[in-house]
Amino acid sequence: MATFIRDPKSLGGTRSVEAEADPTPFYMAAGEQKQKNKGGGEDEGGGEKGEGGQKLAEKGEELKEEMDELLDEIDNVLEENAEEFVKNYVQRGGE
Amino acid sequence: MAIPTVMGTEIEFGIIVKNDPDFDPISSCVLIVNAYREEPDSNILWDYDQENPLADARGFQVEGEKYTPNQQENIARNKTLINGARYYVDHAHPEYSCPEVTNARELVIHEKAGERVIEISRRQANHLLPDGAQMLIHKNNSDRKGNSYGCHENYLMDRRTPFKKIVEPLLPFFSTRQIWCGAGKVGSESRNHPCDNQISQRADFFETEVALDTMVKRPIVNTRDEPHADREKYRRLHVIVGDSNMSEFTIYLRNGVTALILSMIEDGAVTKDLTLRDPVRAIREVSHDLTLRHELTMEDGSARTALEIQSDFLEMVLAYSSSRPLDPVQKDVLQKWQEVIEALGRDPMELDNRIDWVIKKRLIERYMGRKDLAWDDSQVQMLDLQYHDSRPDKGLYHLLERQGKVERIVTDEEIQHALYNPPRDTRAYFRGECLRRYSSEVFGVNWDSISFGLEDESIKRVMMAEPLKGTAEFVEELLERSETAAELLENMGS
Repeated sequence: MATFIRDPKSLGGTRSVEAEADPTPFYMAAGEQKQKNKGGGEDEGGGEKGEGGQKLAEKGEELKEEMDELLDEIDNVLEENAEEFVKNYVQRGGE
Repeated sequence: MAIPTVMGTEIEFGIIVKNDPDFDPISSCVLIVNAYREEPDSNILWDYDQENPLADARGFQVEGEKYTPNQQENIARNKTLINGARYYVDHAHPEYSCPEVTNARELVIHEKAGERVIEISRRQANHLLPDGAQMLIHKNNSDRKGNSYGCHENYLMDRRTPFKKIVEPLLPFFSTRQIWCGAGKVGSESRNHPCDNQISQRADFFETEVALDTMVKRPIVNTRDEPHADREKYRRLHVIVGDSNMSEFTIYLRNGVTALILSMIEDGAVTKDLTLRDPVRAIREVSHDLTLRHELTMEDGSARTALEIQSDFLEMVLAYSSSRPLDPVQKDVLQKWQEVIEALGRDPMELDNRIDWVIKKRLIERYMGRKDLAWDDSQVQMLDLQYHDSRPDKGLYHLLERQGKVERIVTDEEIQHALYNPPRDTRAYFRGECLRRYSSEVFGVNWDSISFGLEDESIKRVMMAEPLKGTAEFVEELLERSETAAELLENMGS
């Protein structure tokens, strides 16, 4: 008996490619994700005071850069007409 | 006695269409639900026959009119998917009800699969809109204009547990759990209690403690009594107090911890009395207090903070679980919950990669800092909304996830798989597989039954009153050797 294996790509062959421009992949591959590093042990205590201080400063710089990048991206995608959008956003009451 | 966990979530999504003066939410909902295609000629009815939303868990039946769509409307408004989920129009919102799962990890997978179903169908629906019009979907609970729509959690419980015993600890639990599962919200819905920013999307909307209604005078504990299972054995606890969460970590805890609390209640292991004097007031006050220091009045007159109350719950669950075996997911949930409670005690902002309201707050404050904005600026309100946008390239939560800024629980592959495959360990398996294999013969579907239309024009209904039967273990082999529904029924009979 034919085992019906559902291949998502084969679904709806007659469906047209989506018109809306969507250059980014649906979700990023796991390998491309950077895991946020919380409280790296090497920066705490230990080591010479000067060295530790420099590492912290570097880490701080790195985080600040990442944050700036993130905020830049938010700027790019944030709804341009925020005031109008928010004003017009209305829903019917649900459960 | 605590029964094995079976749970699911049903989520109402916000829907709008930009640049369409004729926008009507109900027809847009019908459009988006129908835009999702698994089987082009699916004419399967959602079986409303056994639904009884007017039954109250406190033991009576409310007078009123149940809304049952006619056949045509039914088919247009309801889809049951091959992963066992239900995707449908609920009043003026598209709603996704994930299939029954047995653990918090599967819950995350299937809730996230639902988000994808919504996003895929949104894109398809956009083709059919007039030029320039664009449909947008948000997984949130508030339009900032006094209207709310819910994320409902459902938990299977033993019917023998008296409802009173459930209500008592749940009132303080639900009033305070938002400190680790709130989705965050800019502004207040309560004119008498304005605020810049709060912990929960839903908190402002609760007006009573215990009641049947879900749309007006919302209760913290809902008494809806529609088990969709063997009524003698089971209760389905219908929870309407939660926020629609974006963060996998938050969803994981929200359902995982609540399931543990319910098991503890069923096993009679609640050792402390955490009754609040005024839970309705408390739920709002907790939401509006971002310091987590506000003291709530307990029934006995003492004062405790939400964090202290949640710590008490944690302590009880730790004691309870030391004497019973936990599965790996339960252990992990408990471990993470403990970490979160401890972090909240030190500084909530430590959780800016785990808990929605903190992730959002961190994001907004950083943006406010850069642009020199205030909490009532429209751009800040926009950030609050766009956090919940379903588009992977524009939704702010998705952006953070893509950049590795939030902790994940499951993988994209697992989510993708769950779009087209039901859980294997609940009756959702039987439902989903029947739809996949015999869709042309399926006449109607409900949570606890599936009906087949046979060649001789008769309709045969298969009851599925046991949520933990109809699993792969029970029926996979049977399904494998039944090429048609008719054969299936024959093989089941033998």
